[in-house]
Amino acid sequence: MSFTLLIVQTLNGLQFGVLLFLIAAGLTLVFGVMDFINLAHGVQYMLGAYLAVMFYALTGNFLIALVAALGAALLFGLLLEFTVFRHLYDRDHLEQVIATFGIILFLNQGVKVVWGAAPLSLPIPEILSGTVVLSPGILYPVWRLMIIGSGLAVALILYLLVSRTRVGMLVRAGATHAPIVSALGVDIRRLFMIVFGFGTMLAAFAGVMIAPILSVEPGMGDSVLILAFVVIVIGGIGSMRGAFIAALLIGLVDTLGRSFAIDILRLVMPPSPARTVGPAIASMLIYVLMALVLYFRPAGLFPAKGR
Amino acid sequence: MVKLLSSVAVMALMIGSAQGPAFAQEKLKIGVVTTLSGPAAVLGQQLRNGLQLAIKDNGGKLGGREVELFVQDDELKPDVAVSKAKALIDRDKVDFVVGPIFSNILVAIMKPVTEGGAFLISPNAGTSNFAGKDCNPHFFVTSYQNDQNHEVMGKYAQDSGVKKAFIMAPNYPAGKDSLAGFKRFFKGEVADEVYVPLGQLDYSAELSRIAASGADAIFVFLPGGMGVNFVKQFRQAGLADKVKFLSAFTVDESTLPAQKEAALGFFGGANWAPDLNTPQNKKFVESYKKEHGGAIPATYAFQAYDAGLLIDGALKATGGKTDNKDALRAALEKAPFTSLRGNFKFGTNHYPVQDFYQVKVVQVGDKFATSIDKKVFTDYTDPHAKDCKMK
Repeated sequence: MSFTLLIVQTLNGLQFGVLLFLIAAGLTLVFGVMDFINLAHGVQYMLGAYLAVMFYALTGNFLIALVAALGAALLFGLLLEFTVFRHLYDRDHLEQVIATFGIILFLNQGVKVVWGAAPLSLPIPEILSGTVVLSPGILYPVWRLMIIGSGLAVALILYLLVSRTRVGMLVRAGATHAPIVSALGVDIRRLFMIVFGFGTMLAAFAGVMIAPILSVEPGMGDSVLILAFVVIVIGGIGSMRGAFIAALLIGLVDTLGRSFAIDILRLVMPPSPARTVGPAIASMLIYVLMALVLYFRPAGLFPAKGR
Repeated sequence: MVKLLSSVAVMALMIGSAQGPAFAQEKLKIGVVTTLSGPAAVLGQQLRNGLQLAIKDNGGKLGGREVELFVQDDELKPDVAVSKAKALIDRDKVDFVVGPIFSNILVAIMKPVTEGGAFLISPNAGTSNFAGKDCNPHFFVTSYQNDQNHEVMGKYAQDSGVKKAFIMAPNYPAGKDSLAGFKRFFKGEVADEVYVPLGQLDYSAELSRIAASGADAIFVFLPGGMGVNFVKQFRQAGLADKVKFLSAFTVDESTLPAQKEAALGFFGGANWAPDLNTPQNKKFVESYKKEHGGAIPATYAFQAYDAGLLIDGALKATGGKTDNKDALRAALEKAPFTSLRGNFKFGTNHYPVQDFYQVKVVQVGDKFATSIDKKVFTDYTDPHAKDCKMK
């Protein structure tokens, strides 16, 4: 367990955390502002990846594919909002869960019909496909650094948007006192639509950025969705800052846990049982973390004010 | 009284006609249990396509009888598989069930199928328990015993002078069997033995460990989507030039369409490859490609095709009859067909005795496929066969 390995694994954890943040940010906005549980959020991440693959095949340019995929994902998100979600805002949570779960089934099957069940792939843009040498023999892919960088940039932009702009102010107000905001003459439906579209685009952006690393396949959003919910629960529902901190925390805990659990257990038990127990403990860690946070701070680490 | 007598007579006639000239016309019913949804759907489709192709190439018949296929999706969930297998037996009254892809499904459907009076023919999963102490007279395997492809890689690593190997598999029974199989033949140093959660997609943490371990080879068993992700990330991490890539079920024709160049030159252990040089195999690969828009078949398709041929051969031997289970079993045991792989017979445990190869990923036109590099085992019987006391 060398120092370099620790650094590399921390980078890996950051990269995972940033990715989770991109997904959880949209989810916490939609959940916080509109009190709407959108299970279909993970599907939008999947859709972003598929759209990028499609546009890349058409244009052969990653940047164009990225922009086109974001645009198309936004349009599709708004279409969903208009046709389905809009009618669910006033219903209770159970009905929202059932309806949006239906969307998951529908879209997972839909991408299979359109693009087939076989996994697809998106190449890394040529100039970013290399590796950097962290220390002799330890390489790190530039693309993963790129994900960290772009994720942090998005976090910064979000922070400025939410805390410094008029729309951001309305979003914050809407999260805590939606009826009052509405009474003051703000078109809350339109605000909801903007928030929803933006959240969709963030999820799609995460999908595009991860597509060169993971295979693009039906159902790829389902496992991420659960983690995104864990993130917003730990961070405090509706809190952007909470989502950011919680996402990084989960990314680091999960990655460092996976890579060092066995080594740490070996100090206290023989290697063979350590090998069996280690992975089991590692995959439990984030849920243990969630349980602890909920026990000590039931509203999450950074609860949105007024909730 | 006359009325009663006549109605009894009519009934007798009806029963008689239902049983009488049945065998010539009645369709042969075959159930298929395979995974057709979720990330592993590609494997399940190969299985189904392979069997369908075998029936088509035989003019829609097996053993001289028209075939009716009942295809069921097990959703990779043992409980779903059990209820669908029961439906195949009780409702559809199938004589054979062909499937599944995954070992946990096999373990689940074994009882319902074989105790329901049908023969179970596995074109892929071949767990160690059914090869050994739990071997079953109504169960046949046209693929391999699960350990074997891993053993091929272990033997190859040993023979080619690998000094230090990093080995990794999913944390479930087949994963443990896999690494045990590799270590049975590889006697060098094991740098580390890592189990990842089944279905893990991002391997950044493990890749960093591989790089830091100083291993000169890795051996992985990461089927389906897991392998697609790992291979891409392994190449991206710049490890492909330094560390020899050995694998089982990780680079094959079902995953290569997504892995593409990233898998070029990587090794696998297998009982077959599309370029295996037998006349029947050449014909099979050509007709599969024609049927499926140029897609190259993987082992799943070829093993399902062989399952079709096995049923065909056995039924020809019994004159198309399936009612005498002992006669049918005896016919199946003789493996009366020419396998696409050439050399093939059943061991006492109804698992194949066959050759194994080290295969390598090559480019064929604009597609990628495995290609036979070297024969590693000849007429190899699995290590569990000796524990089988077949009744």
